[in-house]
Amino acid sequence: MTTDPADTSATPAPAAAGPAAVREAVSCAGLTYAFGGTRAVDDLDLGVHEGEVFGLLGPNGAGKTTAIRCVTTLLPVPAGTVRVFGHDAARERMAVRRLLGYVPQQLSADGGLTGRENVALFARVFDVPRRERAARVDLALRAVDLCDAVDRLAATYSGGMVRRLELAQALVSAPRLLILDEPTIGLDPIARTGVWEHINAVREATGMTVLVTTHYMDEADQYCDRVGLMHRGRVRALGTPEELRRGLAEREATDTLPTLEDVFRDVAGSGLDDNTGGGFREVRSTRRTARRVG
Amino acid sequence: MKSGAPAAPHAASADRTPGEDTALLLTPPVPRAGWRLLPARVIAMCAVELQKLRHDRTELYTRAVQPALWLLIFGQTFTRIRAIPTGGIPYIDYMAPGIIAQSAMFIAIFYGIQIIWERDAGILNKLLVTPTPRSALITGKAFAAGVKSLVQAVVVIVIAALLGVALTWNPLKLLGVALAVVLASVFFSCLSMTIAGIVLSRDRLMGFGQAITMPLFFGSNALYPVSVMPGWLQAVSKANPLSYQVDALRGLLLGTPAHLGADFGVLAIAAALGITAASSLLGRLAR
Repeated sequence: MTTDPADTSATPAPAAAGPAAVREAVSCAGLTYAFGGTRAVDDLDLGVHEGEVFGLLGPNGAGKTTAIRCVTTLLPVPAGTVRVFGHDAARERMAVRRLLGYVPQQLSADGGLTGRENVALFARVFDVPRRERAARVDLALRAVDLCDAVDRLAATYSGGMVRRLELAQALVSAPRLLILDEPTIGLDPIARTGVWEHINAVREATGMTVLVTTHYMDEADQYCDRVGLMHRGRVRALGTPEELRRGLAEREATDTLPTLEDVFRDVAGSGLDDNTGGGFREVRSTRRTARRVG
Repeated sequence: MKSGAPAAPHAASADRTPGEDTALLLTPPVPRAGWRLLPARVIAMCAVELQKLRHDRTELYTRAVQPALWLLIFGQTFTRIRAIPTGGIPYIDYMAPGIIAQSAMFIAIFYGIQIIWERDAGILNKLLVTPTPRSALITGKAFAAGVKSLVQAVVVIVIAALLGVALTWNPLKLLGVALAVVLASVFFSCLSMTIAGIVLSRDRLMGFGQAITMPLFFGSNALYPVSVMPGWLQAVSKANPLSYQVDALRGLLLGTPAHLGADFGVLAIAAALGITAASSLLGRLAR
């Protein structure tokens, strides 16, 4: 399903369509967030179904990270509503946070701690009782294949291992919604595949919902159940990668199936210009992450 | 569905029965509520600080150099000169509690830089997405700074003892010393994190840190008694929590006359105000 790029209203979530709709893990309605005079997120409507891997795609500066930060309660919700499994992200912050596992864009494991200590910290702050803490930490580390490196300092890990460690940190509290902000940025193709394989294995084993932002269209095409293409603070197209690609092929009356990037260029229209690419801080953060993993 | 319910198996894999061990990862922990949450978070943050110190003690050793030099050079020289009225005790003894307080303050006052680094590294955001109220996170960080300062204070006390300073070894008094060091470090680390919440950048915070540490140190009774200060500096000293810390340390470690009730009262109030101020500004760092 795509929307006209000229149409500034965001695409409504399919789940809002009727009483038989699937349950939504995340629902945003009219979400707006501005930095000064710049609307990073502009009247965003979005629904993420329970149990799916949902990819929020777009270039730097599209508003993906700001939207994610509103969902995670890191930013307030000045206009509109954000609900996570029915909990209002503005009013029930603690309830929302207990449902979340969050992996930020930066390599956020503490290099001064071992892998086990990094995960144990998150077990502690999510109130895992002492009697089951060690078992949970071991399980989370085993789920991401880090058993052999648990007692090494995270500073000695490769980029892919750090990402897997962060995944273990997020998993130790049994979240219902896993939020990953650019999880594969800066990784080599093999490490990227490894990270995605672990994300999928965890999803298969736990059934948790995964909300991921990325600007790698090929990854989204391969690993996401549904994607939302975001540009200038709004979702311009929403659907399965297959639906979006077939939709464009039909509109252009071509037999060659276009890529998601083609779809994105189509829905963004002439909007891909010098204003895309994100602000200085965002680009610096992205580059820093890429440098640390590379 | 209630928020506390375990994650439901994915439809595509509903026929899979997770093993008993995996089942543990499907069960969310029971949330701590009420008063138990704050101490749990404080312990978690302090544990992290101790773990880091266990893995890398470089900072502990390098930070011991400066107080050792103060005691060795300044202390021994001024003990010979006898220019400062100390109430009949050797000057090196008199200044030792001041140097302990100074070295603890230097650790705490730069804690804001660590929180900015944690913001840049994404660690802070990840902690802010846990069920930890901002005040609990700041309190945890502040007490972690207190633990780090306490370890540093122990090092300086040992150096002072090796240099012949006549310190008490009464366990209760040493417990009081530990409390004074931790409370003061909570205040100074919160002062630093408050400034971090205002200036938002590491470079600016470095400048502020440099600008306030020396006035705090020289505007206190760490090196000389308040009675020898000019009137305006006496007023500064009265408003300076470091003076109350030094007064308490001197009274406890050397047995000099002290106002322990007022000292601990001021330090506790300063720590509480610091936590309140830093907590209220933490949101700015998350944006």
